[in-house]
Amino acid sequence: MTEPSAPQVHGVRRRVARFFARHPRAALGAQLSAPGGWLLIIYIGSLAALILTSLFRLVDDPTGLVTKLDTSIGFGNFDRVISQPVYRAVALRTLGAAATVTVIDAVIALPLAFYMGKVASQRARRMLVVAVTLPLWAGYLVKGYAWRALLDPGGGAFQEVFGHSLGFGYASSIVVLAYLWFPFMVIPLYAGFDRLPDSLLEASTDLGAKAGRTFVSVVVPQIVPSLVAGSIFTFSLTLGDFYMNRIVGGTTEFIGNIVYRQFSVDLPFAAAYAVIPIVIMVGLLLAVRRTGALDEL
Amino acid sequence: MKRIVKLIAVFATLVVVLIACGSSSSSSPKSSGTSSGSGSGKLSILAWPGYAENGSTSKDTDWVTPFEKQSGCNTTVKTFGTSDEAFQLFNTGQYDVVSASGDSSLRSVANGDAAVIDTAKVTTYADLADFLKAKAWNSVDGKIYGVPHGWGANLLMYNETAVTPAPTSWGAVFEANSPYKGKVTAYDSPIYIADAALYLSKTKADLGITNPYSLDEEQFSAAVELLKQQKPNIGEYWSDYLKEQEGFTKGSLVLGTTWQVITNGVKADTASPPVNAIIPSEGSTAWSDSWMVSTKSKNVDCAYKWINWITSPSVQAQVAEYFGEAPANLKACTETSDKDFCTTYHAEDKAFYDQLAFWTTPTAKCLDGRSDVTCKAYKDWTAAWDEIKGS
Amino acid sequence: MYLSSSARWALRAFTALVLIVLYAPIVYVARLSVNTARNYAWPPRGFTFEWWQKAFHETGPREALLHSVQTGLTATAIALVLGTLAAFALTRAKFFGRNAVSLFIVLPIALPGIVTGIALLSGFERVGITVSFSTLVVAHATFCVVIVYNNAAARLRRLSPNLREASADLGAEGWQTFRLVTFPLMRTALVAGGLLAFALSFDEIIVTTFTAGIGYKTLPLWFADNFSRPNAIPTVNVVATFVVLASVIPVWLAQRLTDRPGSAV
Repeated sequence: MTEPSAPQVHGVRRRVARFFARHPRAALGAQLSAPGGWLLIIYIGSLAALILTSLFRLVDDPTGLVTKLDTSIGFGNFDRVISQPVYRAVALRTLGAAATVTVIDAVIALPLAFYMGKVASQRARRMLVVAVTLPLWAGYLVKGYAWRALLDPGGGAFQEVFGHSLGFGYASSIVVLAYLWFPFMVIPLYAGFDRLPDSLLEASTDLGAKAGRTFVSVVVPQIVPSLVAGSIFTFSLTLGDFYMNRIVGGTTEFIGNIVYRQFSVDLPFAAAYAVIPIVIMVGLLLAVRRTGALDEL
Repeated sequence: MKRIVKLIAVFATLVVVLIACGSSSSSSPKSSGTSSGSGSGKLSILAWPGYAENGSTSKDTDWVTPFEKQSGCNTTVKTFGTSDEAFQLFNTGQYDVVSASGDSSLRSVANGDAAVIDTAKVTTYADLADFLKAKAWNSVDGKIYGVPHGWGANLLMYNETAVTPAPTSWGAVFEANSPYKGKVTAYDSPIYIADAALYLSKTKADLGITNPYSLDEEQFSAAVELLKQQKPNIGEYWSDYLKEQEGFTKGSLVLGTTWQVITNGVKADTASPPVNAIIPSEGSTAWSDSWMVSTKSKNVDCAYKWINWITSPSVQAQVAEYFGEAPANLKACTETSDKDFCTTYHAEDKAFYDQLAFWTTPTAKCLDGRSDVTCKAYKDWTAAWDEIKGS
Repeated sequence: MYLSSSARWALRAFTALVLIVLYAPIVYVARLSVNTARNYAWPPRGFTFEWWQKAFHETGPREALLHSVQTGLTATAIALVLGTLAAFALTRAKFFGRNAVSLFIVLPIALPGIVTGIALLSGFERVGITVSFSTLVVAHATFCVVIVYNNAAARLRRLSPNLREASADLGAEGWQTFRLVTFPLMRTALVAGGLLAFALSFDEIIVTTFTAGIGYKTLPLWFADNFSRPNAIPTVNVVATFVVLASVIPVWLAQRLTDRPGSAV
């Protein structure tokens, strides 16, 4: 252990340290300024700019050859989002997919994560963690195209082996998205189970609860924050997805498909439509903040 | 703790090795675009995938590196998936040249993004097919904004076993109670509305459609209605052509709009059912791509060098065969590896060409010369496409 | 918790089933990477190493892989610094607006990629920044911060404040305490967070589509490009298989580093 030898440096550092020790607020400010500034300027700034853009509109230029941005503030784009049935339908369809994907993932991940965190041996546990994390590296598009091949109604694996396939459509999009985001549900849940003290479960057993009862009354309430954290991932990832619809969704469209298409043609409208997922997610985050789920992400 | 340190060391080494492998490759001129050639010029190309290949997909497909060597222009290539993307990216001013289709070119011109072409500097200009030059989609008021690159028609392809009798009209894809429900395909872009308009121009004369890219309110809603009626029959819309090729090969698609190159791909696969591609009785829409130069370009010299390079006969032959399109430079026809290539793609066939309605950007000012009505601009086409696809 | 042996077996069988579903598409891709046919047709036919050989000589995928690693490492490094700082600030002090700040930190990961992508791109354009390697790294680092932050914060919350006090009593200044006491105890949490952040960056495509510079293809962008090209499918399968195989190393290492009873707190 060698300490810096130059006494002068040491002295300066000491003085800085003493300053921060006496002024904890300054220390806090120093620590917070970099990440806070980064997020505020880059991210929140961009989001604010996007929301501002959603209040602008495109108008036909007098020449009739081109459209120009009119930066007077108005709610025309939001009007269009609300009044045109197609935009409502697409938003609801996307929400439905996000909710369904989340439920599917939760139902499958709960027993799996429970097994990983509380039942499996230490060795098996370690291997299982690797096993559920590894698919994350296989490439989102690659997995998507592999599913496309499996689901293909014209001679895909399901068609050939089981004689029936979901084909390409809304249902397939949901199944494939649930598959893709599954690790994001399992990982926080496993961490939740792992932290759950065994003594708690033993106490429940000692008090005469059967395994099922223990699971429902003791285990589940304890891991709600992890469950919510996993759900935020699966929900948000589905809400913003648009690639999978192109690959396995047939003619299905989500919010993302429309935002992506409009982005290069009518940016103010794209921005307005993108406000829908922003509102939904911020609302969701505020609602779940009390569960402590945000710490589990 | 020692073991942890060792593990970290192993991992760090692996990362370094990986990076070393990578950087040794990126120091080669082909991939980095930072060396080779003698000059210090730079060029940033915005192109359809397959138009400006630099070997990053396959070593054997590369006509950018030879260009860099010959011209001394260090070149970067960005590809785009749709005309909308092309328009938006070209507008950023980061690109010197773009391979623009007719559904984005006029927008770029009107937006002030595209510069007037000095045809005297285009050495190949005289060799390019006359029927592609100074057209509605690459010129405005007699000024040339685009140098023709290549073109192709949006044909009607059908599976000969599954679709009987053989279709002769676009009506086959628009039929309300199609026997091929779920196996029909269509091109995934707002510009496809023109296909419906073209069909209506021949079948519903009272609408008075003379140009499928110039639609007033009533004409436009008729076309949109037709496409909404078509939607339940669509299995998948396609925009990348492998997707359609695969669909026809496997039989999950049997009927729909196509490009010649896709048809060739299906026919080349021995496992495919027999297919045929035709120009139906109503004619067809088509695309014709032109190279345009950015008004913000600081590398105009390299931009022209590139245009001269990409429209030269041997490079045109390479691109045309790789991408599957008719070359604009007819001298390329003698340089293709497949000697029948230009015949297959009707490159010199004026009669074939005359049946086509080439993609043009719809604008509020009617393109067909009417001044008493406002036509639907491209942003309205896009909104309608949301409605068709989202419903 | 007491589980009947049949319940244990049911859980085991369920786990096995889930793993099979999880790996089936990946195994399928790996199988196709040695397939003689060039497409995805079922069943796979023949066996050849031709594609592996070809892919090995291609510069495109190698460069894309390098770009992804570069982006991921740089973004993760930034996220490690910012995330750790934020964790220190937000776990140790209570101050007005703390809740708002902790909500802001999670926003980039909680908002869908398409929102983040178009917001950042229009933000960059508004201030006249053209997309480049830096904008890509900035975008990736932004959503990686929360991952590091949460891992670091969870660990800090469990660290006893007594440790710090003891260190201070022994005469250590803040930096020394961090370097000699807190940091070693946080190391495993940072490894876990860093790896997850890297993995997220490595496979991100939506935000990347909007913020990557001209001609700079990360691996997902290279995949996207090649799925729409003739004859590239076998190479794609090879590269994907290679990445999965290669990723065993970092995943397993991280597992060893973070799950050792001795090193965890």
